[in-house]
Amino acid sequence: MTTDTAPTTTAKPVLQASGVVMRFGGLTAVNNVDLTVGEGEIVGLIGPNGAGKTTFFNCLTGLYVPTEGTVTYKGTVLPPKPHLVTQAGIARTFQNIRLFANMTVLENVLVGRHTRTNEGLFSAILRGPGYKRAEAESREKAMELLEFCGLANKAQHLARNLPYGEQRKLEIARALASEPGVLLLDEPTAGMNPQETRAAEELVFAIRDKGIAILVIEHDMKFIFNLCDRTAVLVQGQKIVEGDKETVQNDERVITAYLGAPLEGAAEGTSTTAGTEDDQ
Amino acid sequence: MTTKTHETTPVLPLPEGVARAVALVGGVIAAASAMMSWTWTSDFPGDLTYYGSPAGLQWLALVGGALTALLVLGSYGTPGIRWISPSGGKNGILFAALGTMAVCWYTVAAISIQLGGLANLEPGGWVAAIGSLIAVLGALGLPLDRRLTVKQPTVQWWWYAVAAASVLFWFGLDQGWVLVAIPDGIEDIFTTNTWFFLTLPAAILLFKGWLLLDKALRIGRIERPLPAVRELSSWIEILLIAGIFAVGLAAVTFGVSAEYGELFVGYLLLIGFATAALNSSGLLARIRDLTAKHRAVTTGGAFAAAGAFPFTQSSDTYTLIAVNILIFATVALGLNVVVGLAGLLDLGYVAFLGVGAYAAALVSGSPFSVFRGVHLPFPIAVLIGALAALVFGVVIGAPTLRLRGDYLAIVTLGFGEIFRITMNNMDGNSGPSLTNGPNGIAAIPDVTMFGFDFGKSHNILGIELGKFGNYLLLMLVATAIVVTVFSRVSDSRIGRAWVAIREDETAAEAMGINGFRVKLIAFALGATLAGLAGAVQAHVASAVSPDQYLFAGAVPPNSAFLLAAVILGGMGTISGPLVGAAMLFLIPAKLQFLQSYQLLAFGVALILLMRFRPEGLIASRRQKLEYHEADIPAQASPTDDALSKAGA
Ligand SMILES: Nc1ncnc2c1ncn2[C@@H]1O[C@H](COP(=O)(O)OP(=O)(O)O)[C@@H](O)[C@H]1O
Ligand SMILES: [Mg+2]
Repeated sequence: MTTDTAPTTTAKPVLQASGVVMRFGGLTAVNNVDLTVGEGEIVGLIGPNGAGKTTFFNCLTGLYVPTEGTVTYKGTVLPPKPHLVTQAGIARTFQNIRLFANMTVLENVLVGRHTRTNEGLFSAILRGPGYKRAEAESREKAMELLEFCGLANKAQHLARNLPYGEQRKLEIARALASEPGVLLLDEPTAGMNPQETRAAEELVFAIRDKGIAILVIEHDMKFIFNLCDRTAVLVQGQKIVEGDKETVQNDERVITAYLGAPLEGAAEGTSTTAGTEDDQ
Repeated sequence: MTTKTHETTPVLPLPEGVARAVALVGGVIAAASAMMSWTWTSDFPGDLTYYGSPAGLQWLALVGGALTALLVLGSYGTPGIRWISPSGGKNGILFAALGTMAVCWYTVAAISIQLGGLANLEPGGWVAAIGSLIAVLGALGLPLDRRLTVKQPTVQWWWYAVAAASVLFWFGLDQGWVLVAIPDGIEDIFTTNTWFFLTLPAAILLFKGWLLLDKALRIGRIERPLPAVRELSSWIEILLIAGIFAVGLAAVTFGVSAEYGELFVGYLLLIGFATAALNSSGLLARIRDLTAKHRAVTTGGAFAAAGAFPFTQSSDTYTLIAVNILIFATVALGLNVVVGLAGLLDLGYVAFLGVGAYAAALVSGSPFSVFRGVHLPFPIAVLIGALAALVFGVVIGAPTLRLRGDYLAIVTLGFGEIFRITMNNMDGNSGPSLTNGPNGIAAIPDVTMFGFDFGKSHNILGIELGKFGNYLLLMLVATAIVVTVFSRVSDSRIGRAWVAIREDETAAEAMGINGFRVKLIAFALGATLAGLAGAVQAHVASAVSPDQYLFAGAVPPNSAFLLAAVILGGMGTISGPLVGAAMLFLIPAKLQFLQSYQLLAFGVALILLMRFRPEGLIASRRQKLEYHEADIPAQASPTDDALSKAGA
């Protein structure tokens, strides 16, 4: 299989993955993938279950140390440490929601601001004016984000008690709190009904309008083609094609991957399978 | 609408008016019985022989009976005492009546058993028993909140088989014929523990009895909205808080200075039932709201009440207990940073207390210290203790906290033991000479600060304040420091990072938290706070020795008890570990007869608590949300349409 040369983007690249390989023992989950996300872009990543999409995300965010390849953010190579990646400006959500269940909605978002504040232990104990100002500002910004995502009236609720759709929104709000340059969304509409999916679409556009680039994994084709400027297709760890809606829809290899091979084709539309239940 | 799960009906089919009168009269009779003689001889501890002057357990009957009567009146809206039952629910009456009955019947039983027969009861004893029973019967006729269905475990047939076999075995031990079947070497284990073979079936039957009772009563809890409070001026509210603390101080003082086991058992029974009663009457919720409104006053009041304790005491005996409770509680609160906030299981926490104590002891002028001539001022010694603990915290934490999982528990468990054994061996024979081995560092001189000798009695405001009274006040300062640190840090960027790590380490790291760094800070802070408390402890006890710092032992503080205080009291809260530590200290100290079975009783108590109140005695704000989210008023928000706005 050959890899199409990525269509050149006019936008300045924000996130750039080159030659990323991830092997687990004998299994190559991600095989030599290049991907660029430009400023203000919404890029889609699709592929059958088990194709390696989440693994690729984990490589980008430092949860996995890629076997080979590098990830650059605005020109600097990122160390494979999750907290440093977030510090640099990449935020993410998880396919299987990972909120801080026993913290309130507001606290979840405040945790997201961790990298953008720097009050340490001593200033917390001494509580000087600088500390109070920073804390008040954090709360204000967190409330703004909750309003943006439509969760402001739930600020004092426990994250665990939110309905499913709102938990997904909260994950996005929490990720946005780190003031990222690029946001990675792993199946943000999994398990949502059509109305909720439409609302999520609106939310993604609104985030892009804030000047944040987005890389989104999704199974819902309608969602992807509505949103994305560009879409890459991952099959068995390899990027087989990348381009706009028409290029991808008409590509024979994509059609084979989704429809030709019955086993993998059956996976389309189902958001999770046993194999992807407990991945990161 | 959710399906109905509860109803409000009486258990006994009495007309409500009659039941109400019966409960009231029962409560009054029980309370009045305290004014009568319960037994003819002063042989029973506390001397219950007088008419007109209640003593010991009679006080408890008086309080229980009065509480029952007041709750009856209050929950039916009698002007003037409505405040005692804001929710208007009747379950509180039943709990109060049950508490009174438990105290009265326990006392009557204890008198009869100790003195050999019911003949030893004077009329007062009978009046107390019958009065409290009447109160309970009356309360059962009131409209109580009850569950519609009861979910219960079934007692399998083989439980009874085990119970029967156990009784048979006991009989065999008694008669000697089972011993034939038991190898000679281990016969002792059975013959010295025959109690077990009667306790086991008794426990099984009690459990079955409890299930039957629960099925018949179906007592449940309906959350009732409390009526709006009348606006009070804030100084009246503050006065109320002061009153609450005065009552609290009186209750704690009664418990701490309970002189004999019977009184303490009665005290525990009454405290337990009375808490349940006031909780269900809604008064506790009112108090919580009030104290939450005036947090600074409440905290100040709590410290003032604790500081007032030594002034209520004529001798130092109970003040020493209070100081030890305070040390234990302070260390437990330090551990709560590590366990409750950051979720790190530290099984050797007491070692940091030891490090602080030893470090401070070495530089405080003890003749047994290797640095004999060194006698640094107390604040410096405390600082050295805290710093030494900090260093050890970092040294232990740095390599282990990088790993995920249970490594920390194992390493800290090991560290705790290594610390104790090392202190034991650094006596100049088995190792370098530093700690004076098993004898420890004794005769640490008393603290002197600003010319005030903590070792001597002082006359303050006309009241004699003894040595341990001084130290109690000193220890309160240390407690205040730990409380301040805990409350400020837990609600800060770093505190939230700890909780995030505890909740989901991967997600926390993906939010930009450096897990290792943040955990190390928690661990080091916990160690430092323990070191601080340890340094004070060394001076209070004026000696340190290795056997004070065990993993598990009969005397708190030890690592197991510290952990239990945090878990029992309520993880992540301030008052939880303080209450938990006070109970864990007092119960073994007061119930000497439990000594040899202490750890067993302790384990059973822990299991029961985890089953019935997993959040601990005092639930944190977060846990309260978890259980009663519906109570929290939704914040008015002008942006319910934020999503459409976002999309626009
Ligand atoms: N930590 C891991 N160890 C071993 N195999 C893994 C690990 N994480 C993912 N995989 C494997 O990598 C493949 C890709 O999985 P994933 O990235 O979750 O797929 P997708 O998100 O595209 O559905 C799967 O076969 C999965 O089992
Ligand atoms: Mg996936």
